Amino acid sequence: MAGELICDCSKRFASGFTIDATLRIPLDQAPVTVLFGASGSGKTTLLRLLAGLERPDSGSIQFREHVWHDSARGIHLPPQARRAGFVFQDYALFPHLTVADNVAFGAEPAAGQRLLDTFGLTDLGARLPRQISGGQQQRVALARALAAKPSLLLLDEPLSALDAATRARTRGELRHVLHESRVPSIVVTHDRMEAIALGDWMAVMIDGWIKQSGSVQDVFRHPAGPAVAESVGVENILPAEILSRHSGLLTLQIGGTPVECVDSGETSPVFACIRAEEVTITREPSPSSARNRFAGAVRAVSLEGALARVELDCGFPLVSLVTAQSAADLHLAPGDRVCAVVKATSVHVAAA
Amino acid sequence: MDWQAIALSLRLATVTTAILLLVGLPIAYWLTFSPRRWKFLVEAVVALPLVLPPTVLGFYVLIAIGPRSPIGALYSRLTGGLLPFSFEGLLLASVLYSLPFMVQPVAAAFAAVDRKFLEASWCLGIAPGATFRRVLVPLALPGIATGAILSFAHTLGEFGVVLMVGGNIAGVTRTVSISIYDQVQSLDYAAASETSLFLLAVSFLVLALTYALQRRILSVWPAN
Repeated sequence: MAGELICDCSKRFASGFTIDATLRIPLDQAPVTVLFGASGSGKTTLLRLLAGLERPDSGSIQFREHVWHDSARGIHLPPQARRAGFVFQDYALFPHLTVADNVAFGAEPAAGQRLLDTFGLTDLGARLPRQISGGQQQRVALARALAAKPSLLLLDEPLSALDAATRARTRGELRHVLHESRVPSIVVTHDRMEAIALGDWMAVMIDGWIKQSGSVQDVFRHPAGPAVAESVGVENILPAEILSRHSGLLTLQIGGTPVECVDSGETSPVFACIRAEEVTITREPSPSSARNRFAGAVRAVSLEGALARVELDCGFPLVSLVTAQSAADLHLAPGDRVCAVVKATSVHVAAA
Repeated sequence: MDWQAIALSLRLATVTTAILLLVGLPIAYWLTFSPRRWKFLVEAVVALPLVLPPTVLGFYVLIAIGPRSPIGALYSRLTGGLLPFSFEGLLLASVLYSLPFMVQPVAAAFAAVDRKFLEASWCLGIAPGATFRRVLVPLALPGIATGAILSFAHTLGEFGVVLMVGGNIAGVTRTVSISIYDQVQSLDYAAASETSLFLLAVSFLVLALTYALQRRILSVWPAN
């Protein structure tokens, strides 16, 4: 079907690792897909299968109306015929070529020059890759891939080679670039905040299998089973507006409730992300240094081994994970009025 | 000093190196990247001149290029000439004799180039041939320079193969090493010592140049 990337292929490696990926991405509804999973789960391998750098043992890959691979029919397009731009984890800039020659490598000269300008790299054009910073190298790698007019952009952990400070700034830039480029892209990451900040669509990979795919919010809110829930690990992703910012703190508004958190420079609209184990529950409003205290009602309590998962309604849905012991001590039952406490540093803000 | 022989040796070494660059780079590429299991056989054949006595190699080349062999017959039909005891025959033998000196350093240099640079080029739509020319060769340049210089020096000093295939025709096949042998046979030790010293100096200079070049090129393009 047009407008979709349909991958259903498997490959077994000499090490015994098997990748068996079934994935369907609606390219036109989801400009950016995040391929999420722990390291070693096969994300990079799947990306290489899509690019044509690895050949599946069986199955097929179809991109829009083009068949990229079909083992049954003996079809296997080489990377050159797929034109899937690949941004390598360490960028793989050609060390013997200048920045300008790198960007123009697979492009007509005019397109190379245009991308150089767009990415603000004109002044660096004569430098060699090793003479520029990591953040600049990342821009060169993106510009080089886009200059070749790719049909699909594949990015392997594009931010992982950067230091923490650069990463936060580059994340916003990257999202902007990916949306502006109008080229559907697949971004590999193991970072939850990156997944939330960059992705429209999300596929979760565990041990070589795609366990779940869907919109980013859906996957985080409704993980398909405990393995995915453990892998994605953020239960509370709440749409929020920024009310004010002062002295390094940000005040958000979530469903009418003000929430304080640390200012990471994002602008509205945002998601406030809170891990369930960071939400503690008290019966009465006791003194605490925590910034955020939300009065609410218990909706449901379910035991998960030694832990209890408590669903609250504080004007917005909030999930808390406490020990089964403390849930018992508090006599939590649906309908009870309680107070949820979250430290400001436990609220992570990601661009929506 | 036998300037004619020196000029001939330099010409032979230069043309041999040029041909080896054309022939050896594709062989090295195939040896490095082919998934074929039997490529170790080709590797062994290429390396044979390293261990074979030059007389053995020379003998087989002489048989192979003789007028009754298919190669020799084809050559004489195309050019009207004969390969044995000619410069062209000597050239063929030299190319075979120095093949491992080109292929081995170049294959090692190709293998040391990070594969992701080739993959990056393929994903940018660049065909394998153009990727070879635009990415692999520039990144393997120190290894290619080493191969070229070693081939040149090795050809300059060859003796046994020349004697078997080329004989000793002044201006056609009499190389420096043959000339030195002649001079010693005729007890002209003064001339032999002069020519030997010349060959020693050239060989030393060429090798010194190789190592100097290698260090400089490597420091210009660090592995990153």
